[in-house]
Amino acid sequence: MFELLGIPPQALFGQLLIGLINGAFYAMLSLGLAVIFGLLNIINFTHGAQYMMGAFVAYLSLTHLGLAYWWALLLAPIAVGLFGILLERTMLHRLYKLDHLYGLLLTFGLALIVEGFFRNQYGSSGLPYSIPAELRGGYNLGFMFLPTYRAWVVVASVIVCFGTWFVIERTKLGAYLRAATENPTLVQAFGVNVPRMVTLTYGFGVALAAFAGVMAAPIYQVSPLMGANLIIVVFAVVVIGGMGSILGAIVTGFGLGVIEGLTKVFYPEASNTVIFVIMAIVLTIKPAGLFGRAT
Amino acid sequence: MKLKQALLAGAAVVLAAGGASAQISGDVVKIGVLNDQSSLYADITGQGSVAAARLAVEDFGGTVNGKKIEIIFADHQNKPDVGSNIARQWMDRDGVDVIVDVPTSSVALALAPLIKEKNKVFVNSGAATSDLTGKACQPTTVHWTYDTIALSKGTGGAVVKAGGDTWFFLTSDYAFGHALERDTSNVVTASGGKILGQVRHPLNTSDFSSFLLQAQASKAKIIGLANAGGDTINSIKQASEFGIVAGGQKLAGLLVFVNDIHALGLQTAQGLQLTSAFYWDQNDETRAFAKRFEAVMKKKPSMIQAGVYGGVTHYLKAVKEANTDEGDKVVAQMKKMPINDFMTKNGSVREDGRVNRQMYLFEVKKPGESKGPWDYYKLVRAIPGEEAFRPLKDGGCSFVKG
Repeated sequence: MFELLGIPPQALFGQLLIGLINGAFYAMLSLGLAVIFGLLNIINFTHGAQYMMGAFVAYLSLTHLGLAYWWALLLAPIAVGLFGILLERTMLHRLYKLDHLYGLLLTFGLALIVEGFFRNQYGSSGLPYSIPAELRGGYNLGFMFLPTYRAWVVVASVIVCFGTWFVIERTKLGAYLRAATENPTLVQAFGVNVPRMVTLTYGFGVALAAFAGVMAAPIYQVSPLMGANLIIVVFAVVVIGGMGSILGAIVTGFGLGVIEGLTKVFYPEASNTVIFVIMAIVLTIKPAGLFGRAT
Repeated sequence: MKLKQALLAGAAVVLAAGGASAQISGDVVKIGVLNDQSSLYADITGQGSVAAARLAVEDFGGTVNGKKIEIIFADHQNKPDVGSNIARQWMDRDGVDVIVDVPTSSVALALAPLIKEKNKVFVNSGAATSDLTGKACQPTTVHWTYDTIALSKGTGGAVVKAGGDTWFFLTSDYAFGHALERDTSNVVTASGGKILGQVRHPLNTSDFSSFLLQAQASKAKIIGLANAGGDTINSIKQASEFGIVAGGQKLAGLLVFVNDIHALGLQTAQGLQLTSAFYWDQNDETRAFAKRFEAVMKKKPSMIQAGVYGGVTHYLKAVKEANTDEGDKVVAQMKKMPINDFMTKNGSVREDGRVNRQMYLFEVKKPGESKGPWDYYKLVRAIPGEEAFRPLKDGGCSFVKG
């Protein structure tokens, strides 16, 4: 049996698979960010909070309304998406013409307020949310035990990511969206309601975050801090992929999940920092990111 | 006002002169509760510890020898530099006399010498590292509730005795995790067990699957969780997801709080053995305290929060007795008096600052055994303080004679 740097191949395969699973979350979250940045030019720092709200909608609808996981998967993106639309209509849309910094400050402040509110209400230890009965158990792959739920996460994430990419890059609606980003006045002149489209796009990006939140609820604690812990990494993913690049966000999300997974084997202490090291290197060599176009 | 200013300005001179005549500076005894208010340890310390300190002051009557008692609090964000800055400000500018709680061992270790330098008192309830009363001991430190030695002897000892003789550690990568891993390793090897390996994860990690796979691959019978708070919760939850417990390996949570069990649910946590200094449902006195605490905080107290009550009370008693708030004198007085409150019976503060108390080994109930929320533990055995803590002479504390 060969060994690679002292790690038996079974362990290595297991770690690669786990990296892919974590990458699925990075991909779903960075995708939402990329959509919002690409089409609205807003750096959405509330994304982590919206992801957390998704998980909380799942928890609250289970405990108060008795609605199971599958309903939450539908309900949370809608509820949180509507919250996003409300934000966009009342606050964000005033900032499109200003410097990026204003959007960043506003969304960052909102994230702090939302997270503070949830922490105040529910504490920081987190709340339990169990894996739905249909997805319990797992498969023994020989080299590792793969929980069914994690397999579902990867599948769902790939579907969502591909679907989003397809809609934006390959359909007429996506073409309108991209055109509206390039030149809103012209697109409006053709009779397209650009402000409404922008609002819905923000709602969609936010809904993606909430969807990821529901997916995460059974794995991690439903905790007010779950988004804050993740959002910085996700931003790094977006920067590495290239701001606003849909494909870049997806590929980098999965890729960095795998790299982080491997770091956890070879040098676990650095697993929190490795992504930022990569970010620094990428920015030095390719300032627009791996998939970004220099403007 | 003039007196206060004079005292503040002259504080350094007074310190250099080795203390003037005994009195309470600034005409107020100020208690600073410094802990994690916003992150993974906020539920087991946080506002709950502030509430416990308030209850202690209330029960003490609000004044000591005619001087008012005040409480302030702050968030050290689990960062030693942030904690040190706040502590400095508190002691230099705000006239804080005692700093209590301070979870997160790295912060506690940074604060201990600083507090000694200012001749204030450090009543630590939240931090775990046994170094606080060992290599890093200070004459103004009192380590109140528990430490890594007691945790490792309680839980580690019980697990090895039950046949868990090969261990793999999942360790939080900072002072606390290292100390807990070291102390537990000592207990395991001393009882004839073997350590097969360890993996160190960054503080506040959300995904443990990678580390758990490594633990699984080690084939150790026991996976020792040398972490705390949200990290422990996520480790236990994901270990169950990855079929580790079903595969025959057992988890040993070395530092588990009642809040963690509440967050996990009994279905996941059942059967876990843990060491604690306090559980709210032990007797009428603990239940009475828990009821008052719950009225404010809407949840049961953790052992750290209960310890803050005891520590503040004992500190105030010593200030009253010695009629001074000078750190070295108050701590000397604390070491002279026995401790008796709802949580600690016939306890004492040892020469090295360690509080000698009974500890308890609990087992988490099965869902069927529990009568409702917060009914989680059954007692396995009580561990006398002499057995639970490190013998005085073995700690390597510089000022312990003998």
